Amino acid sequence: MADRQYELVYILPPDSTEQQIADIHGQIDGAVSKLSGAIEKTDNWGRRKLAYEIGHHREGVYVLEVINGSGELMKELDRRLRVMDQVIRHMIVRVDEEKKVIDRTRSKRQADSERRRVKRGLPPQRQPGEGRPAEPEDMDDDRFEGVEV
Amino acid sequence: MAFGQGRGGGRGKSDKDKKGGEKGQRRTLFRRRKVCKFCADKIDDINYKDTKLIAPFVPERGKILPRRISGTCAMHQRKLQTAIKRARQIALIPYVTD
Repeated sequence: MADRQYELVYILPPDSTEQQIADIHGQIDGAVSKLSGAIEKTDNWGRRKLAYEIGHHREGVYVLEVINGSGELMKELDRRLRVMDQVIRHMIVRVDEEKKVIDRTRSKRQADSERRRVKRGLPPQRQPGEGRPAEPEDMDDDRFEGVEV
Repeated sequence: MAFGQGRGGGRGKSDKDKKGGEKGQRRTLFRRRKVCKFCADKIDDINYKDTKLIAPFVPERGKILPRRISGTCAMHQRKLQTAIKRARQIALIPYVTD
């Protein structure tokens, strides 16, 4: 059951130094490798404004880690992150199953379109300049404006 | 076993009331045909990290825009809902704003 994939997002105080960020990452890395997991990707989003105040902080440093491992590992990681007082917020989400579904629908749509195109006597891939040109994104979509929920 | 008997009378009456009101509205107001944005644009992945995608479905107040207004299909509204709730947890989107 080791090939589950999780995403861990945690928020550190905005005044934390590079050293502190690396330190937290090291602690997580240690826990992950101890329980035979692996960090696939680490993504530092940098300082971001928080949508609401968390413990007197208005900003935070977001870090995303994609981790392959077991449920027990994530349970342990969750417990540790709870205890760490430098981490002001964290969240763990399991992603492998959703990813599989997304990949499946995407490849199915691709195959379907290719099949249809071949049936119509066209090359399977869309040629450049074919079909309607891409419309510019309708940024000021007024559909929901002034809607009272 | 007991229910289903006594309440039958009320139904016809309320139906009548509704009909009158709806007909008038439908004629006067023109509405843009609502389609699910995610079906139309073929977006498979509604991710909590993608605030730009989610933002139009969270009006200023911070509430989730209902399906009857946005026209999102049931499957995508469900996915949108989880994405919004996750984004709220890690402070990408507010729970409430007043």
